[in-house]
Amino acid sequence: MTNVIELEQLSVTFGKRPILKSLNGALGGRAIGLLGPNGAGKTSLIHTLLGFHPPTSGTARIFGQDITTDAKQVRATVGYMPESDSFIAKMSCVHFVRLMAELSGIPAKHALERAHEALFFVGLGEARYRPVDSYSLGMKQLAKLAQAIVHGPKLIILDEPTNGLDPPTRSRMISLIRQIRDGGRARILLSSHLLRDVEECCDEILVLKDGRIAANCNLEEERKANRKFIELETRGERQGFVEAVGNLGCEYALSGERRMKLIMNETIEIGDLYRLAHEHAVQIRRLNFKRDSLEDIFLKAMENGNITEGANSSINNEKAVENGNGRANDGGL
Amino acid sequence: MAVYEHLYGAYEGESQSALSRFLVIPRYALRETFKSKLLTTIFILCFIYPLVATILVYLHHNANALALLQINVRELLPIDASFFLTFVQMQCAFGFILTVLVAPPLISRDMSNNALPLYLCRPLSRAEYVLGKMSVVVFLLSLVTWIPGLLIFFFQASLAGFAWLWANLWMIQAIFSGCMVWIILLSLLALAVSSLVKWRVVASGALLGLFFVPTAFGEIINELFLTRSGHLISLWATMKSIWSGLFGLFVRQTGQIRGRVTTPIYDNELVDIALLEPPLWVSWLVIALICAVCVWLLARKVRAYEVIK
Repeated sequence: MTNVIELEQLSVTFGKRPILKSLNGALGGRAIGLLGPNGAGKTSLIHTLLGFHPPTSGTARIFGQDITTDAKQVRATVGYMPESDSFIAKMSCVHFVRLMAELSGIPAKHALERAHEALFFVGLGEARYRPVDSYSLGMKQLAKLAQAIVHGPKLIILDEPTNGLDPPTRSRMISLIRQIRDGGRARILLSSHLLRDVEECCDEILVLKDGRIAANCNLEEERKANRKFIELETRGERQGFVEAVGNLGCEYALSGERRMKLIMNETIEIGDLYRLAHEHAVQIRRLNFKRDSLEDIFLKAMENGNITEGANSSINNEKAVENGNGRANDGGL
Repeated sequence: MAVYEHLYGAYEGESQSALSRFLVIPRYALRETFKSKLLTTIFILCFIYPLVATILVYLHHNANALALLQINVRELLPIDASFFLTFVQMQCAFGFILTVLVAPPLISRDMSNNALPLYLCRPLSRAEYVLGKMSVVVFLLSLVTWIPGLLIFFFQASLAGFAWLWANLWMIQAIFSGCMVWIILLSLLALAVSSLVKWRVVASGALLGLFFVPTAFGEIINELFLTRSGHLISLWATMKSIWSGLFGLFVRQTGQIRGRVTTPIYDNELVDIALLEPPLWVSWLVIALICAVCVWLLARKVRAYEVIK
């Protein structure tokens, strides 16, 4: 998968205050979630990528184009939905979106057609001739999404797209984002405070903390890795069972008299555990697949500082169990 | 992306050139501007004086018409530098009224609704955005100032012959540059005010205030201190000096009064005081400084997001 965004020692300073501190990394997901607490630098990173703030040092590339030297080419390939209300008053929505399409380089004759299509796509088809300032908050958010996608950008940057939306409108927004993601015609960079939004839409996350990268994980891989982590509660003399599990090639750790945690390797099935338990006269009273939710990953990133992809699955799980904040899913066995 | 499918799709058609993209801003702004009937009416009224001037030029060269109207050619205004200076001053005054109506919402409308990030996240620089907005004022004011001025000049030249044209060729530059200095000053000033004030009415009021308040204040200074230096803070008086200079009609001493003066030489004596206009270079400097301040303000205010220190 080609890299969408590459960060190369990217630093941004406002006055004497550093906002982004030597960010490094490559993001290649179909939908990248940008997470972090308030003031972590999420919006500043987006603004820097769009060329609103010049980097103090380092640079970034979007689809291989440098944000400082090829700023216009970069912006031609990007669609941006800002966080706050952004529109032109007393202009009908279709004209507003058309203007934005023309500014992006679409000829006037095609721009109107694209504006209609974009507004129908986001669900504002019936209201497209109304002035944007007469719209409700949810409709304004959808209008902002329409102007961000009207020129068919390769990367769509969404800054808090579900801010202030009621549940049905939020579901609609999430569904539109997923639809765009699944269409495969555009990559998405989604900045949000709402972990649920990011979890539903994104396959990769970048967590920022105090202007630094606190975590950069591929959520899909993270989920797959976590599926192999199992927590067992047994009854009966377990020594033989534990040794047999170890002989299967599983890493394990005992906690208390009845509980054990193990990381299964890929060749072992759950049925093998039941067979061994039967052979050693041990009852398996409970078996949980343990997986990190995005919230766990986020919280750990906030605690630990720097987590990089691929180096954290088992460590994360261990910590989640210790802290007792991991979400335990019943394996249904 | 098709309406019937309601699906997202990339755009794969042709793209506009950078110039076409740049022209999108003035095109939309002009369309919005002429939605106002008041502005359209005033815009039309701006052409009354050029029409009168054209008729005057025509009458100068048409003995039959003069005879019919029973007017002696000596009773008409002579077609010379002062004729075109008056024309430039009249049309520039109309240009100011147009600017007050057209310019204030140009940037303030985008700023009040936070639309600047939407413009600037596209392949459009801040300078292009400002120039695009400025071109609306430049275009409209050009239509009512130097374009009719030059048309009347060439009309006169066509009637008066080559000798007149050759003798007055320098006036082309005077008409064009005199109007353009005013147009650039007004458009920069109006856009700077528009970027500072988010409400259109307040922006219009501020623009009028910037024009009239310093003028009144300058006159008070002139009267109190028996000087003409107060003209330096009056945009109109400063521009009048520049226009007069461009048309070769600038006179420094515009009056003489008797007043009591106390200096190391005179001890409350009654003397003749010459009222001297500020030198021309000072007037040019004042205009250049105002333009520089406006550009600086625009550079500070026209940003996708303001960084608060």
